[in-house]
Amino acid sequence: MKPKDNKEAKGAPIFDKKLSRREMLRLTGASGLGLLLGGGGVSGILAARGATGQAAPAPQASSADVIPFYGSHQAGILTPAQNFLCFAAFDLTTTKLADVQKLFQSWTEAAAALTSGSLIGSANDNPNLPPSDTGEADGLTPSKCTLTFGVGPAMFDGRFGLAAQRPSTLADLPPFAGDSLEPQWCGGDLCVQACADDMQVAFHAIRNLARIARGTAVLRWTQEGFQRTGHADPKGGTPRNLLGFKDGTGNPDATNDTEMREVVWCGSEPPPWMKGGTYMAVRRVRLRIEVWDRSTLSDQEATFGRHRQTGAPIGATDEFAKLNLDAADAEGKPVIPPDSHSALAHGDGTVKMLRRSYSFSSGMDLTTGQLDAGLLFISFQKDLVKQFVSIQKRLSKNDRLNEYMVHTGSAVFACFPGVREGGYIGETLLG
Amino acid sequence: MKFSYAFPAGLLAASILFAGCGNDNNSNNNGNHSGNEAAATAGTATNAPAAAAAAPSADFTSAIEQYRAYVIEQCDEFVKQTEAFTNAVKTGRLEDAKALYAPARMHYERIEPIAEALGDLDPNIDARENDVDPAEWRGFHKIEQALWQNSTTDGMAEVADQLLKDAQLLRAKVETVDIDESLLVTGAVELLNEVSSSKVTGEEERYSHTDLYDFVANVEGAQKIYELLKPELTKKDPSLAQTIGERFDALLAELAPFKSGDGYVSYEKLKEDEVRKLSQNLDALAEPLSNMGTILGV
Repeated sequence: MKPKDNKEAKGAPIFDKKLSRREMLRLTGASGLGLLLGGGGVSGILAARGATGQAAPAPQASSADVIPFYGSHQAGILTPAQNFLCFAAFDLTTTKLADVQKLFQSWTEAAAALTSGSLIGSANDNPNLPPSDTGEADGLTPSKCTLTFGVGPAMFDGRFGLAAQRPSTLADLPPFAGDSLEPQWCGGDLCVQACADDMQVAFHAIRNLARIARGTAVLRWTQEGFQRTGHADPKGGTPRNLLGFKDGTGNPDATNDTEMREVVWCGSEPPPWMKGGTYMAVRRVRLRIEVWDRSTLSDQEATFGRHRQTGAPIGATDEFAKLNLDAADAEGKPVIPPDSHSALAHGDGTVKMLRRSYSFSSGMDLTTGQLDAGLLFISFQKDLVKQFVSIQKRLSKNDRLNEYMVHTGSAVFACFPGVREGGYIGETLLG
Repeated sequence: MKFSYAFPAGLLAASILFAGCGNDNNSNNNGNHSGNEAAATAGTATNAPAAAAAAPSADFTSAIEQYRAYVIEQCDEFVKQTEAFTNAVKTGRLEDAKALYAPARMHYERIEPIAEALGDLDPNIDARENDVDPAEWRGFHKIEQALWQNSTTDGMAEVADQLLKDAQLLRAKVETVDIDESLLVTGAVELLNEVSSSKVTGEEERYSHTDLYDFVANVEGAQKIYELLKPELTKKDPSLAQTIGERFDALLAELAPFKSGDGYVSYEKLKEDEVRKLSQNLDALAEPLSNMGTILGV
């Protein structure tokens, strides 16, 4: 028995030999639209259909809307964070390395199209085939879409003969105090981070990449994320997290090549296939926002070690003022509590990572009736152990913020170096 | 099931909203994507070579005749087994009726797109509760509810008689059904969509939990069509033909552990991750299968 909504193609061959039912409905629908828009109506639409397959002017995407996909590093890492995120972790269902290669080759071609705002594939006008692009981003600008690909530690188990290629620092993260990890938010053989200034563009990318992967890889978990949009914050200030505080003030300068080589990009250290790549740590952090909302402003500021309104360290007025952890008040107590989030994250200031997190809201927690909202924490670093793990160890033990959050998901991925036109993402490992 | 003629206005409205937008955008955007040759599916060459469009149309006469023979064979068996089932219902043999229910339905599920093409036959034979007006509800699932939920055959004699008549009517009508290659191509995909939308979720056989029988039968029906189209498909896109074959094998291998005697275990026995894996294997098959239309002439 078939659901009611799936009737279009049925019966066509029986009742409608000449003009297929589908085609007829499309034309009818098109004329309806033409009338609604007061446009060219039937003849205009038909003329447009007649031009199918010939060059027609593409919507003008300003170059500011395009982040180049090809390059020495993958995009979506140093790229200033776009408005929206659609993140997907995949598990491979194949056990053949050749299938994984094919997948990344197909993904690379699709990614080049997705990030430039083109339709995927060449079967978009054949009435006998499902369109190769699902279509919901048709006519939209690329919206700064970036797609960032990586492989998790599980890739280097026995399945693909890659065990010897595993980077020594790429392993599931050690347990941290207070972790409450749920398997459905952890791990993955592969990841794709899709970011764009339009949610539909980002979703379209993940949807199509998952479609292309069918038979080779399946979704393991996904999470959508958001920040304030550029439209709402034209000055592009540091975004605020759902606790109301600016998040990312202390980030290293992504425009400083030297600093990025020190913090983010892998160099000549082994393994060679990661040169120009970086490691990603992902943590799904549920924020106990209802509890947070009941704490006083001074408690909130002491928790972060910063003022809420300006983002400045406590006692300072400039958001980017140096975090002076030695400053003491009249009674000799530290102005910035040593167990505040900023103080602990900063440590002695020698260990940094590039954070690129997004807020999420995944509906309601049916058990508590509270919002299932939080932060999809994402950081990039060249050494997961020395950077992310050492900082997170400090935080998990003492951070005042722990009272207001719980880590429910965790994953790490080795993000490949960038790719030149003609090559494919992952070729340094899989090729 | 098929409601196309009951809701023409709804259909038209939907096409205005969706198809209309699609066409409009497409025509604007052609220049943007022409020349982009990205493969649509990993591991499959879904895009036919451009030269193939000019090749003479394939001959589907033999495939269509063989499919017609298959449909008639399934229908004959369907009527026979439905009669045994309805006899059991009418004579109050509850356990016999339960045992005959799912195997009889498999012959129907294998050729469901044909039944759907024949007007009201599908809802009459196969409607679930809520699919139709309660006063009009009849067919297999009404009896299913009596047998499993109410543990009785009482009051079902009339429904059983009507079901057998509907089955016989189906058998008579399939003689005249107009089968063409396009029906074969869309029918194969529809069979798998049936599985995706109602069998995987366990909604089809909500009282008997015999969903796996329907699941397997839908897949077998799709596989039959694939086998018949395979020679033409291999000519046009050998890699696609091979991928589809492999994915049928993979899905059937996933289903194999759930065999029990001559039939299948109750759908309630399946764990959440087992259901998900079946669903993922089904999607992995349906994706390349939906590209079989590449053999249809342009």
